[in-house]
Amino acid sequence: MAKSIDVSDLNIYYGDFLAVEGVNMTIRARSVTAFIGPSGCGKSTFLRSLNRMHEVIPGARVEGKVVVDGQSLYGPDIDPVAVRREIGMVFQRPNPFPTMSIYENVLAGSRLNSKRIKKSEADDIVEKSLKGANLWNEVKDRLGKPGMGLSGGQQQRLCIARAIAVEPQVLLMDEPCSALDPISTSAIEDLIHELKSDYTIVIVTHNMQQAARVSDDTGFFNLKAVGEPGHLVEFNPTKKMFSNPDNESTEAYISGRFG
Amino acid sequence: MATAHTTEAGSSRAVRRPGDVIFSGLSTGAAFLILAALAGVAIFLTIEGWPAVTASSGELGADNIVLHVWPLLFGTLLAAAIAMLIATPLAIGLALVISHYAPRRLAGPIGALIDLLAAVPSVVYGLWGIQYLAPKMLPVYQWLQDNLGFLPFFEGPATTGRTLLTASVVLAVMALPIITSISREVFAQTPVLHQEAALALGATRWEMIRLTVFPYGRSGVISAAMLGLGRALGETMAIAMVLSATGVISFNLISNQNPSTIAANIALKFPESTGVHVNVLIFSGLTLFVVTFLVNFAGRWIASRGQVKG
Repeated sequence: MAKSIDVSDLNIYYGDFLAVEGVNMTIRARSVTAFIGPSGCGKSTFLRSLNRMHEVIPGARVEGKVVVDGQSLYGPDIDPVAVRREIGMVFQRPNPFPTMSIYENVLAGSRLNSKRIKKSEADDIVEKSLKGANLWNEVKDRLGKPGMGLSGGQQQRLCIARAIAVEPQVLLMDEPCSALDPISTSAIEDLIHELKSDYTIVIVTHNMQQAARVSDDTGFFNLKAVGEPGHLVEFNPTKKMFSNPDNESTEAYISGRFG
Repeated sequence: MATAHTTEAGSSRAVRRPGDVIFSGLSTGAAFLILAALAGVAIFLTIEGWPAVTASSGELGADNIVLHVWPLLFGTLLAAAIAMLIATPLAIGLALVISHYAPRRLAGPIGALIDLLAAVPSVVYGLWGIQYLAPKMLPVYQWLQDNLGFLPFFEGPATTGRTLLTASVVLAVMALPIITSISREVFAQTPVLHQEAALALGATRWEMIRLTVFPYGRSGVISAAMLGLGRALGETMAIAMVLSATGVISFNLISNQNPSTIAANIALKFPESTGVHVNVLIFSGLTLFVVTFLVNFAGRWIASRGQVKG
């Protein structure tokens, strides 16, 4: 069910402001692709344009093409709601629905997609998703408790469970570990490794070690200059990126000589 | 050692700045003044209303004070309840349009217009109700009587537009701004994080609202409705002008025989009342005071109980 994404000549605007310019890349299916780069360089914006979440901000629009498995995301008759059902997202800060139990949180997406689910079916989805997010053993005895009662790392894994419960083609992660401690971070990273076999994963991170640890391909975003739009500087296999990058500024960024 | 102790004890007393002292004195004074005013009103109503409890049935025109006040209380509660049934859904819809649906350029002006409704004096609502709304509603009532006359609410006879239902509609319009503006504030404060979580799962805008905005704003909307109810319960002038009251107890909303409300009854009867009749009116005022108080307390209790954290 995992799919590849082809991006060609993508410009992203907020109103008249060009935020990201001229991105070309191919994100391989069943792999982890990481985006690194300094703050404000547009990597999160670009990530959000992959499931049309940036459109939540009024005035946001794109030019160019994003093609998922042969189908253009921005085609005239494509519903953004349908796009988001196929391409799930995990956010920077864990955001389980505060009024819902753990169980209901996992099912939230499925309840939207197909109105009626049988109890046994629902139980299966919850167990499978929580197991998939490595959370089942920790919460199986308190599925009825509020999702907000979990620790930060558990909440984030709950959000991942919620995202994979609807079996998306692609999973986007926007700095999923930036609000977590090192132990929770390592749990999420292990999880990313496991999820790779079923999903195409795209992750934005500020942590270059994390990018090096979890990803197969890495894209480096940067601003051309202050006030200029962000762009993709280099996109290469992670091994090459971290040992012998093509671009000088990539090497400078990775080795910490600029940030 | 000893000296160190004394200086430590000396420094442990908080430094008091004159500005803080004056401000805290002023605000505490204001708080007590409110309490004193409220208590004063309650005491006045109780003392002045008491003779009505012991008044003879001849003076009251009813067997006892409870039988006298009950129809008025009934009318008050019925009119306010219907007003809430009309106003609350409308207000929630309006608040959602302003907070989530309308483009930002439109949302501001719409919100301001709704707030402006609150600034219209109730006498003007009364005039509008009696001169404009009542005649326009009469054909509607006749239709209701002909087609839904089997329901006790629409028995009729529909001969006048100045019915309890018209009065309730006017009340609804008057309660609308406060419910709308509070609901709007609450809806607009729904964390973006949760809204994005819903959208990223593939929720439509309405599903996102159901999933995040409503649960988050529930207690706020309830307390907004309670505040609106408080306004509807106490509204005097508009009802006094619009409603053609005969003081019956009836759920028939469109007939020419309508229950009156406490506040309107006081306003209409007070100028020509003397002696124990004044006490009777004041006693009915006490009843309204207590009911309004209870409604407000219930609203606060529900709001605090349903508080969603995070």
